Amino acid sequence: MIVIGLIASAIGIAVALSIDWFPIAGSTQAKKVDTLFDVLLIASVPIFVFVEVVVLFSVWKFRMRPGDELKDGPPIHGNTLLEVVWTAIPAMLLVGLCSYAYVTLRNIEHKPKHEMVVNVTGQQFAWSFTYPAANAGAKPITSTQLYLPKGKSVKFNVRSKDVIHDFWVPEFRIKIDAVPGITTHYRITPSRFGSYPVVCAELCGLGHSTMRQTAHVMAPADFQAWMQRKQAQASKAT
Amino acid sequence: MTARLRAPGLHRGLIGAALGFALAYAIVLPVRAAQGLHPVLDGDAVTIVGLLSAPLGFLFGLGAFDYWFYYLTGRPTRPEDHSGHGARSWKDYFRVNTDHKVIGIQYTVTSFFFLLVGGSLAMLMRAELAQPGMQFVSTDGFNGLFSVHASILIFLFVIPVFAGLANFVLPLMIGAPDMAFPRLNAVSYWMLPIAGLMMMASFLVPGGSFSTGWTAYAPLSTDQPIGQLFFTVGVQFAGASSVATALNFLVTIITMRAPGMSFWRMPLLVWANFSTSLLVVIATPFIAASQFLVLLDRALHFHFFDAAQGGDVLSYQHIFWFYSHPAVYIMMLPGFGIISEIISVKSRKPIFGYRMMAFSLLAIVVLGFTVWAHHMFVSGMQSWIRIPMMITTAIIAVPTGIKVFSWLATLWRGVLHLDTPMLFALGFLTMFVIGGISGVMLAMIPVDIHVSDTYFIVAHIHYVLFGGSLFTIFAGVYYWFPKMTGRMFDERLGKLHFWLTFIFFNLTFGPMHYIGLRGMPRRVADYSQQYAGWNLFISLSAFVVGASTLVFLYNMVSSWRGGPRAEANPWRALTLEWQVSSPPPIFNFDTVPTVVGGPYEYGVPGAVHGVFRKPGEVRPPTPAGGGATQVARE
Ligand SMILES: [Cu+2]
Ligand SMILES: [Cu+2]
Repeated sequence: MIVIGLIASAIGIAVALSIDWFPIAGSTQAKKVDTLFDVLLIASVPIFVFVEVVVLFSVWKFRMRPGDELKDGPPIHGNTLLEVVWTAIPAMLLVGLCSYAYVTLRNIEHKPKHEMVVNVTGQQFAWSFTYPAANAGAKPITSTQLYLPKGKSVKFNVRSKDVIHDFWVPEFRIKIDAVPGITTHYRITPSRFGSYPVVCAELCGLGHSTMRQTAHVMAPADFQAWMQRKQAQASKAT
Repeated sequence: MTARLRAPGLHRGLIGAALGFALAYAIVLPVRAAQGLHPVLDGDAVTIVGLLSAPLGFLFGLGAFDYWFYYLTGRPTRPEDHSGHGARSWKDYFRVNTDHKVIGIQYTVTSFFFLLVGGSLAMLMRAELAQPGMQFVSTDGFNGLFSVHASILIFLFVIPVFAGLANFVLPLMIGAPDMAFPRLNAVSYWMLPIAGLMMMASFLVPGGSFSTGWTAYAPLSTDQPIGQLFFTVGVQFAGASSVATALNFLVTIITMRAPGMSFWRMPLLVWANFSTSLLVVIATPFIAASQFLVLLDRALHFHFFDAAQGGDVLSYQHIFWFYSHPAVYIMMLPGFGIISEIISVKSRKPIFGYRMMAFSLLAIVVLGFTVWAHHMFVSGMQSWIRIPMMITTAIIAVPTGIKVFSWLATLWRGVLHLDTPMLFALGFLTMFVIGGISGVMLAMIPVDIHVSDTYFIVAHIHYVLFGGSLFTIFAGVYYWFPKMTGRMFDERLGKLHFWLTFIFFNLTFGPMHYIGLRGMPRRVADYSQQYAGWNLFISLSAFVVGASTLVFLYNMVSSWRGGPRAEANPWRALTLEWQVSSPPPIFNFDTVPTVVGGPYEYGVPGAVHGVFRKPGEVRPPTPAGGGATQVARE
């Protein structure tokens, strides 16, 4: 039975790791989250397999046969050693996983020396993105699409004008609620060119499922060009 | 005619409801006129007061308060008045009844009615989600569907059905003639249909049903059409019912155990309901408060959660989850109790590590109050709170693990009777482990940040509440069906029900883990094309799960009407409820049992749990629960 359990665990882990669970990793943070998830899978599969093997083995080996209708099992009331073991081992495993999760959290929330700031504002049912003058040049720039340069750490300051929303780009792996009255924030570093959905993840009313925009990750030079174009438009308007 | 209308019952209840609603007008009109508000007649204001006064009028009319009212006004009452006790015909199930067995069945049947309602709403949701784009309902209509689905199934099914099963079984198990407060018990029950009908009625009001999820986060919920209040007030009635029942269980368990039944001789179902009742009594006032704050914000502009007026938005979530996390255990611990009964009896072995099983329940009660903010890792609360909440959430897996491993050890070397209750118990073990594992993953902050508010959460909660709680409920209903009805259910249909539910449950909710990780948010009426294939698959599987419920219903109804007569003790169980006839006598025990041993002594030669002395025999006066060892040595 132990052999079967080990083989089944090995197969289970192999299958679990071969599945592509996540969307594309679009930020440096994403890879660390994905690795943490893989570690959790490796720790979880043997536990699940263990329970299943014991259940299925018992069903096969100890099921009532004809003639045993009135028979009872042996009166085993417990086993202190066993109970200590199955309290201590999961506790140690969980402490280990929590420590690793804590390290990962510190890594993905690390504050770099240089970063750009984007102010994200949610309202029913659209996002708007404002690049403050400090980054954007003469005037702040506001856009309905999110443009980001690749490889540069960005801090989002997230606010809401009405109810709670949640600012999420699945490819970046991080989300945070936009809460009326306070400013929330997170940081990511885009690591891959492409266009990704910006999703509102917190129920915000009847248009919640349509609150979708796009994030474009582009080369720093292209990003600068876009900013200058927007800046020119902004000064023409005034 | 007038005599019939003046007698307590449903007729008088409806009149009471109408009078209650009239009272709402009588209160609102003068108050608005005095305040100089315009218009004086405001439907919104009348509805809010009416939602509170009409149900109270109904309860009065029904006769739920008659005895206390008589006592209050000095009219004659008899403490030993058993006129409202027991059921002689089906009509007795539609009036205020003080028999815990009748109330238990009222509870259970009502809850299953709401299971059908909540399940049907899920079918409508899956029909809409089968394809991307909008087909059957509006986006707001869809938000209403999942909000009422979750609220009904949490507040009107899982929580009360456990209270119902325990209501029937628990007094029998501890050798008591009834619950400690039978009249309070009846009131608790009758508040349930009120809460449920209120939530369902929200579909009929202008603006549609409440549509802010069962979580009703402010400030979204403070600025909604009137339907929202049917949730806000409905929860008050469901919560009050829950608290009253929990108090009743606590007092019953503490004071009404048969002689010789010490705490360490109580069946684990009793321990489980003891623990659950502690959770209910401590936690439920918090959700009541959270909804009262929403009510005051919406109706009277208190601005508790209006940031522009200095309100604090996040405080709603803290108060809400301080109830709603423990609520997860309120919906799970009674199921743990049921599973312990069934696994021990059906394996013909004592439960492995009985005392650790009881201690782990208490550990979950304590730890359950220390983890609530794990629902708020992305809420923008103070970021340091996340760390202790991650650790406590992970640690709570330890007592839960102890229970799972002890059940496995109970199976080991037993003589396994693999009938319907046992299959549901084993199915529960399998799926609850998956729900537990995804729960530990969710405790890990970085993973949670990505998957919170996605279908991964939907998968997790359904593995816990459907694969977990509902499977224990099915197991319990099959297990005690002979005792409750005096009939045997159809074993073949029971097995069919199990396999259909088990297989298609996994096909429905398993893939949701995947699409959630891939980025599909929850609570959306529409989704991007990339999730279309899986959603169609999930919808089709969900329809089979829905259909499997019909097998269960048919089995229950036909077996109740014409199944073979059940013996007193068809499972050869030791606990006391099986030592009386099926269904039990109207006052449970003709002679009070004396408990002389543990509840699970299977395989111990000559072991008994309780003995019945003949009436004439001399019995030393033993206080309930006390003198256990003394009795054992006799
Ligand atoms: Cu939204
Ligand atoms: Cu929780």
